[in-house]
Amino acid sequence: MKKTLFLGSLTMAGLAASFVSAATLDDVKARGELLCGVNPGLTGFAAPDANGTWSGFDVALCRAVSAAVLGDGNKVRFVPTTGETRFTALSSGEVDLLVRNTTWTYSRDTDLGLDFAGVNYYDGQGFIVRKDLGVTSAKELEGATVCIQTGTTTELNLADYFASNGMTYTPVAVQSNAEGEQQYLAGACDTYTTDASGLAATRASLATPEDHIILPEIISKEPLGPATRSGDSQWNDIVRWTLNALIAAEEYGVTSANLDELASSSQNPEVRRLLGVEGNLGEMMGLDNDWAKRAIAVGGNYGEIFAATVGEATPIGLARGLNAQWTQGGLLYAPPFR
Amino acid sequence: MANAVEKPKDSFRPSMLLYDTRYRSLTIQIVVFALFVAAAAWLIDNTVRNLSALGKDFDFGFLGVRAGYDIAQHLIPYTQNSTHAQAMLVGLLNTLLIAVMGCALATVIGVIVGVLRLSSNWLVARLMTVYVEMFRNVPVLLWILLFYTVFSEASPTPAAFRGEDGQSMLLGLFAVTNRYTAIPDVAVERGFGTLDLGLFSLNLTFAAIVVVLAASFYVRHRLKARARAVQESTGRRPSTWWKSLLIVVLPIALLLWVLGTHLLVPSLSGFNFTGGINVPNSFMALWLALSFYTGAFIAEIVRAGILAVSRGQSEAAFALGLRPRRTMSLVILPQALRVIVPPLISQFLNLTKNSSLAIAVGYLDLRGTLGGITLNQTGRELECVLLMMLIYLAISLIISGGMNVYNSRIRLKER
Amino acid sequence: MSDTHAQTVPFVRDTMLPQAAPPAGQAGAVRWLRENLFSGWVNTVLTLLGLLALFVLVKEMAPWFLHSVWNANTLTECRQIVADRWGPDATGACWAMIRERWPQFLFGFYPSNLYWRPVTALVLLFVALAPVLFPGVPRRLMVFSVLYPFLGFWLLWGGSIWLPVVAILGFVIGYAVWRVLQRRSPLLALLGGIVAALVWWLFLAGPVNEALTSALPLGLEMVRSDRFGGFVLSLTIGVAAISLSLPLGIMLALGRQSDMFLIKTMSVCFIEFIRGVPLITLLFTASLLLNYFLPPGTNFDIILRVIIMVTLFAAAYIAEVIRGGLAALPRGQYEAGNALGLNYFQAQRLIILPQALKISIPGIVSTFIGLFKDTTLVIFVGLLDPLKGITDAVRASTDWKGIYWEPYIFVGAIFFLFCFGMSRYSMHLERRLKRDHR
Repeated sequence: MKKTLFLGSLTMAGLAASFVSAATLDDVKARGELLCGVNPGLTGFAAPDANGTWSGFDVALCRAVSAAVLGDGNKVRFVPTTGETRFTALSSGEVDLLVRNTTWTYSRDTDLGLDFAGVNYYDGQGFIVRKDLGVTSAKELEGATVCIQTGTTTELNLADYFASNGMTYTPVAVQSNAEGEQQYLAGACDTYTTDASGLAATRASLATPEDHIILPEIISKEPLGPATRSGDSQWNDIVRWTLNALIAAEEYGVTSANLDELASSSQNPEVRRLLGVEGNLGEMMGLDNDWAKRAIAVGGNYGEIFAATVGEATPIGLARGLNAQWTQGGLLYAPPFR
Repeated sequence: MANAVEKPKDSFRPSMLLYDTRYRSLTIQIVVFALFVAAAAWLIDNTVRNLSALGKDFDFGFLGVRAGYDIAQHLIPYTQNSTHAQAMLVGLLNTLLIAVMGCALATVIGVIVGVLRLSSNWLVARLMTVYVEMFRNVPVLLWILLFYTVFSEASPTPAAFRGEDGQSMLLGLFAVTNRYTAIPDVAVERGFGTLDLGLFSLNLTFAAIVVVLAASFYVRHRLKARARAVQESTGRRPSTWWKSLLIVVLPIALLLWVLGTHLLVPSLSGFNFTGGINVPNSFMALWLALSFYTGAFIAEIVRAGILAVSRGQSEAAFALGLRPRRTMSLVILPQALRVIVPPLISQFLNLTKNSSLAIAVGYLDLRGTLGGITLNQTGRELECVLLMMLIYLAISLIISGGMNVYNSRIRLKER
Repeated sequence: MSDTHAQTVPFVRDTMLPQAAPPAGQAGAVRWLRENLFSGWVNTVLTLLGLLALFVLVKEMAPWFLHSVWNANTLTECRQIVADRWGPDATGACWAMIRERWPQFLFGFYPSNLYWRPVTALVLLFVALAPVLFPGVPRRLMVFSVLYPFLGFWLLWGGSIWLPVVAILGFVIGYAVWRVLQRRSPLLALLGGIVAALVWWLFLAGPVNEALTSALPLGLEMVRSDRFGGFVLSLTIGVAAISLSLPLGIMLALGRQSDMFLIKTMSVCFIEFIRGVPLITLLFTASLLLNYFLPPGTNFDIILRVIIMVTLFAAAYIAEVIRGGLAALPRGQYEAGNALGLNYFQAQRLIILPQALKISIPGIVSTFIGLFKDTTLVIFVGLLDPLKGITDAVRASTDWKGIYWEPYIFVGAIFFLFCFGMSRYSMHLERRLKRDHR
C-alpha cells in the first residue's frame, strides 16, 4: 500500500484516485459519495441547472441509490459521460453506476462487462415528421433523409428497419440530441429518429408542436436501465432493489408525503417489510433496514419522480404508457419484497 | 597525426563509467534505455493485467465482423452488411478526401488573402486583416459549428427550387440546400468496367485516366529536360510551350472523347435533387470551416514569404533585363517558396489532424467510423484507438516525409 | 539678330503668386480615395467587391443585433418580445440567456460564493508571469513565479494548505541534497537530488501531510474537479499543461540535439509521434485507455488524466519551439561555454538555456494560444468546455432549448479577446527581442 500514500494525498486534494475493489458498496461507503454517470444534457432525464444542480428522471434514481446507501440523496457526484466514454467510465471505475438512458441489450450485458439492474424506462425508437410532409406511417419514408445520433443503438435499428422493409434512406449523423433537433427544425432532414421519449420532449419544446407528428411505428424495443460493473452482484442488487422499491412504493401507494405515517401505521406486511418496519431485508444486502424508506423520501416513488421530471405536467409531457404499473396496463412489475 | 596524444593505457575502473567522458555517454544511454524498457514493460504488464481483469483480449478479429450501420458518404461500395474493416476504410478515405480538398482550398484562399493583405487598396487590406485575425483567434471547433449552422439555418430546402418562381440554381449547375449541395457529376458512356481486388475494387476507367495523365506529364517532363540540355549547350532555348500543351491536352481529351464523357446536371425530382452528386452539408461545413481557418494561417505565411524577398532582388533581375514574368518565376518565387513551403506543409498537417473534428458535425471520417461507431458497438477501445493513432501517424509521416524531400531539394546550396 | 532681343520683352514674374489649392482630384478625401481605393481598374473592382461584401454582411446581421433582447426568462419570451416590438417576421438576438447564464460560461459549476478564488488565481497568474514578460519588473519576483503553480492549485481546488507545502518541500529537499553532493560530483548530485525528492514524495510526504493537517488544519473549502467548467476549465488545462510541459519540452529539445544516439532517437520518436496524431486521439487515450496503462485499481480524475495527456501533447510542440531557439543561438556561445571549462550541464544552465528560452518566448506564447483554443476539444471526452459543453448543457434546459447563435458568438468573442491580446503581445515581444540581438 506504500505507493498509495502519494495517491492518497492526491485524493484528499480531490484530484485523484478512487480505488476500485471488487466491492463497490465498500468503496462508496468509504468515499462517502456515489459516482453516477449521466448524460451531460438530455432534457427531463439529466441536465444541470444554472447553479450546477442536476435534476431529471435518471438523476432521481442516482439520488435514490445514494440515499439508500449513504443516507443522503445529495451525496452524489454526477459525471457527465458521452455515448462513447460511458461504458469505459463504468468498467474503469470512474463511475459506480451508469444511469444514462442506456439500452439493455444482449451484447452489452454479456460482452461489454456491464450488468444491467432492471429497467427504469421502457422506450422505443420512433420518428418525428412535419405534418405537411403528408406521411402518416414510417413505411412511407422511402428515400427519406433521416437525422440520427451516432454512437447509439438507434443507428443499428434504423439500418435494420429500412433494410427489412426494402426501403432506402440517407442518414445524417448528428452528435447530440440538441443538434438533431436543430437539423430537423432547419429542414436538413425529413425525419428525426430517436427514443420516443426524446421525440416527445423535442416536439413539446417546438414553437408550433401541432405542425409535427410522431409516427405511430415504434421500430425497436429500448429498455433503458441503470448498469453496474459486472462481477459485483451485491452492488447490482442494491441498485436493482432500489429501483424496485421505488416501483413497489407506487404500487402500494407509498409516497414521500405519507411515508412516515405509513411506516408507523400501515398494516400491509409488504409495505411494512419495504419500509423496514418488519423483517431485515436491508441487512441481507449489506444496508440497514431503513434503506428503502430513505430512497423513497428523496424524490418520492416512481410515479412521483416521473410526474416531476418528464410527466404530463412538465413541459416534456410524456404519458405513462408502457411505464405504468402492471395494474394499470403498463410493464412496471416489482418482484415481491420478502 | 603522428603526434596524436597517446591514449592512457591504464586499467579499467568502474568509476570511469561515470567520470570518463569516453564512457559516460554510453552509461547514460544504457541507463536511460533500461529505464525506458522498464517503463514500457510496466505499461504493457498493467495493460495485460487490466485486460484479463475485465475479461477482454487484444484481438483485431472484430474488424471482420458485419458492421451493421450505414454511412451516408462512401467513396467505395459500402452497405450495412459490410465489415468493420470496410467501414474503417470508408472513414479513412473520407478523412483523406476532406484533407486533400481542404488543403487545396485553403491554399487558394491563403494565397489570395496573403496577396490582398499587401495590396495598396486600403479597404481590401483592412477587410483581409479582419478576416485573418478573426479566424486565427477563435477555436476551429467554433467555426465548424458556425458553418454547419449557417448551412442548415440559412439555406433553402430542396423544395424551394421547385417551379418557375422558385430559387434558381447557380450557373444552372449547382444548388445549395439545407441538406446537401447538389453538384454535377461526370459520367462516361463506355467505361472499361471494374476489377475486383478483394477488399476493394479498382475502377478501370478511372485508372486509365490516371495512367494517361501520368504518361503525358512524364513525356512533358522529358521534353523540358531536353530543351534545358539544348539551352545549356547552345545558349538558345527551343520553344516548347506548344509541344507541351499538345502532349498534356491531346491524349486525355482523346481518351475522354473515346469514353464519351459528359456532365450529369442535378435536377429536382420528387423532393430531392437527382442526377448529380449530393454532397452532404456535414462535408461542406467541415470543408469550408477547415479551409477558411487554415487559409487564415496560410495567408500569414504567404505574406511573410513575399515580404522576405527583398526589393533589391527584383530590381537586380530587372537590371539584368529579365521580363517581369521571368523575374517572378526565376527570382522571386523560388526564394519566397523556400520560406513559404515548410510552414505551409505543417499547416496541411494541422488541417489533416483537425479534420478529426468531423465528430462535431457527424461527418463520418476515420474517427467517426473506427474511433466512433465501431468502437462503441464493439467495445474494443484499446484496439480501435491504437489503430486510429497509427493510421493518423502514418498519414502525418508520409506528408512530413514529402516535406523533407522537398526541403532538401530546395535548400540553399551553401559553399 | 541681336536687336530682336531688344524688342522682345521677356515676361519675368517679380512677385510670388499666392499658393493655390491643389486640384480637386488631388486633395483631401478625394485624393485619399483615389490613391487607396480607386487606383486602376483592379483596385476599383476590389473596392466595389469589398463594399458589396460589407453591405451584405451588415444587411443580414444588423437587424438581428439591433433587435437584441436583454431581459427575458425563456427563449419563447424572447421571441415574443421581438415579435411584439418589431413585427412577427423580425428576428433578434436573445442575450437574456447570456445575462442569466454567464457565470456558467465563465466558471462552470464552481460554487458561486467562491468565484473570488479562480479570479484571484488568474490575477496572480499575471503577477507570476510579470518577471518573464515585462523587462522592468524586479527579478526577485521570480520566486513568486516558481511558487505560483502550487498556489494556483491550492486556490482552485482548495483543501489543506499543507499538501502544496509538502510538495514544495520535496523540491527543497532535492535541492539541498544536490547542493551538498555537488562538491563531490555534479552527476551524483543530480541523481541524489532526484532520488531524495522522489523518496520524499512517494514515502514521506503522505504521512507528514496527514500529521500536519491533523495538527494544524489550515485550508480552503475544497472544490472538486467536477465543478470545473467553462473558461475556468479551459484556462486551468491550458496553463497547467503549458507550465508542466516546459521542463519536459526543454529535456526533449536537448535530447533531440544530443550526440547520444539512443537519447536522440527516443526524443525524435516521441516528438514525431505526438505531433503526428490529432489531439482528439490523445484525449480519447486519456479517457478510454489511460486506465488500462495504469496499475489495476488506480483511477485518476478525468481532468487530471486530460491534463497529463495535454501536457505530453504540448511538450512535443514546446520542444520544437525551444529547438528553434537553440538553433538560433550562434555557435560561438557553445564554444565559449566549452572554452570556459564549463561542463555540459553548467553550460546549458548558465549560458545556453537562458538565451534560448528568451528567444523562444514568442513561440511558447503561440503554442499556448493554440493549446488554449484546443481545450475546447475536451467536450468529446465529456468535460464541460465553454464552447460546446456548457452550451449543450444550457440548451438542455427547457427554457433555452433552441438557442444557437448567441452562445457561440459570446464564447467566440471571449476566445477572440484572449487570443488576439496574447498574439499581439507575442508580436510586440518578438520585435523587442529582435532589437536586443542586433
